[in-house]
Amino acid sequence: MMAYDMLELAGRNLKESKLRNMLTTAGIAVGVASLVALLSLGIGLQAWANRNLNRSGIFETVAVFSKRDFMSFDSDERRSEKTKSNENAQPLDAAARNEIAKLPNVVEVYPEMRFQTEVVFEGHSQFSTVAGLPLSARGSDAFDDAQGRFFSGPEADEVVLQEDFAKRISPNAPLLGKQVTLRYAERSATDAGTQEQGFTVLRREKTFTIVGIVKQEPYGGWRNFARGRLFIPVNVAEKMNVLQPSALRDAVSAGAKPTYISLLVRVGNPKDAQAVQEAIKKMGFTTWSALDASKGMRRFFLALDLFLIIFGSLGVAVASLGIINTLVMAILERRREIGIMKAIGASDADVKRLFFAEAAAMGLAGGAFGVALGWAIGRVINLGTNWWFARQDLPPENFWLVPWWLVAAAIVMAVIVSLVSGLYPAARAAKLDPVQALRYE
Amino acid sequence: MAAPNQPAVLAANVSRHHKMGATVVRALDGVSLEVARGEFVALLGSSGSGKSTLLNLIGGLDRPTSGTVTVMGRELAQMASGELAAYRRNTVGMVFQAFNLVPTMTLAENVELPMRFAEVPRDERGGLVRSALARVGLGERAGHRPSELSGGEQQRGSIARALVNQPVLLLADEPTGNLDSRTGAEIMDLMKALNREGMTIVLVTHERAIADRYATRHIFLSDGRLSDRPVLSGTAEVAP
Repeated sequence: MMAYDMLELAGRNLKESKLRNMLTTAGIAVGVASLVALLSLGIGLQAWANRNLNRSGIFETVAVFSKRDFMSFDSDERRSEKTKSNENAQPLDAAARNEIAKLPNVVEVYPEMRFQTEVVFEGHSQFSTVAGLPLSARGSDAFDDAQGRFFSGPEADEVVLQEDFAKRISPNAPLLGKQVTLRYAERSATDAGTQEQGFTVLRREKTFTIVGIVKQEPYGGWRNFARGRLFIPVNVAEKMNVLQPSALRDAVSAGAKPTYISLLVRVGNPKDAQAVQEAIKKMGFTTWSALDASKGMRRFFLALDLFLIIFGSLGVAVASLGIINTLVMAILERRREIGIMKAIGASDADVKRLFFAEAAAMGLAGGAFGVALGWAIGRVINLGTNWWFARQDLPPENFWLVPWWLVAAAIVMAVIVSLVSGLYPAARAAKLDPVQALRYE
Repeated sequence: MAAPNQPAVLAANVSRHHKMGATVVRALDGVSLEVARGEFVALLGSSGSGKSTLLNLIGGLDRPTSGTVTVMGRELAQMASGELAAYRRNTVGMVFQAFNLVPTMTLAENVELPMRFAEVPRDERGGLVRSALARVGLGERAGHRPSELSGGEQQRGSIARALVNQPVLLLADEPTGNLDSRTGAEIMDLMKALNREGMTIVLVTHERAIADRYATRHIFLSDGRLSDRPVLSGTAEVAP
């Protein structure tokens, strides 16, 4: 039988028992909807978590340390390196920085700049920590709800304050546009003219304009040992040549050039972080990135999705019983008709295919309606959650996502489940003895 | 392809037994017969004599327990299930006592149904349906459902359906059983006309008068065997 004839006959048969077939299709739709709603929630939660982590920038950043300063973060690597001396470890200096900057997919390399300073504001002073921020930090989620703005340029003498600190230096008066002075220790060359011979420490002052106030430290301060309270462009911080803890070690190691405690390497795309991290490791440095930490998160979401699939599949399993029931009922009702069809030339395969076509049509319709219903349920859950969030003064979030592949997979799955459910009824219909069927009254 | 002098139907020592628990019911037991091309043969016998069983075996609806049925030179037992289905839709046409039209389809759709299974191109079907219905005098009733037709019209419709794939053998199982005598005569006249046009017909009936009037040869069955009792009309014969 040609495909068109088969589909036409299947459609005709489905129309004959409209109510029963519609109820069966509705059963499939509910099963698929529960699966789609649950999975879209799992996928949405994962996307939401990834989105937040990506926006924080931590997946784009690899921290680099000298092995002289830090043991490896990798325990296996640590064990194998145990006997080696750190004396000859690769220094994390300007040459190393240039070399890292040349690696493919590296967007920028900047030193971890963080130092103690005396902050002078309107005659009062207090100690706090200043951190250097690259211009790329503008995209960090910390600036989403910031007051004021980001730095106007990489060399701007501008400062962004952390909110708690801002309240401490000026509880009520607005701070934006005002001046703040930083007093710090500058590492300066000795009279000999080269830093290799030693250095002089000078007291310096530099004035900055307050341009923004953020609630939390950009990048969450994940890689730092002390939280920054004031943020200035990293280029400005570098040029200030502030005395770093590493300077003392540089001074005692004869002939040592100035080194960085750590460099932060930013890659264009989080997926390149792994390769860049490996390349830097090969250069002889210790590295750390959030990818290691995110592996655990991915495992968690994988387990969550699996659980949701199993839970959601229960509805589909119940729906498949509905299909079997409907088709078996159809065989009983259409026993004579099947007998007639076989008597006038339908083959067993024709009868089988006809039942499969009916099952697939119910699966297709049930799958399509189920996806729409699941989508609607997801919308309602999201709206309800955001209504609750609004009551709690939290910003709205999208926890729910129906990707195209889920739409396609749900419909294909509904059709496959329907075809599998149709296996038994179709085989039973095909085996029907026409002589018996035509005798049947 | 069968040679022209080959019989249309050749049954050799055909048996059909059914197991009902420990009992074996011998619906047909060692029947041999031959139907020549162009013949109009009546299978006569009382209820339960095995005439419908024999017709179903010739029609490829059932398979014998033993023996062979050869139609147009092709042995049905050798055919796979799919080939047997092709045989049913192309070589034979079947007409039943209960008409067996699909009640949810119109008359035209019922007549079109065998062509769907035979994969006749869609654009050719309309003309073939119309000419089959015209042949049985139902050209005006194409759009009616079986419930809107009289018994005679339904049976003529079922004959149109049996003819639409142009079979060489028409098998009719008590085609007048559900009809009054006048309508039954109309149906039999139609079958006789088809026979005159060259169609080989095997008719199952328990009505001797119909067999006498229309069939060219009578075959008697009794308790699943060919009966050798003498016949009155002289037009019937008894197979060995």
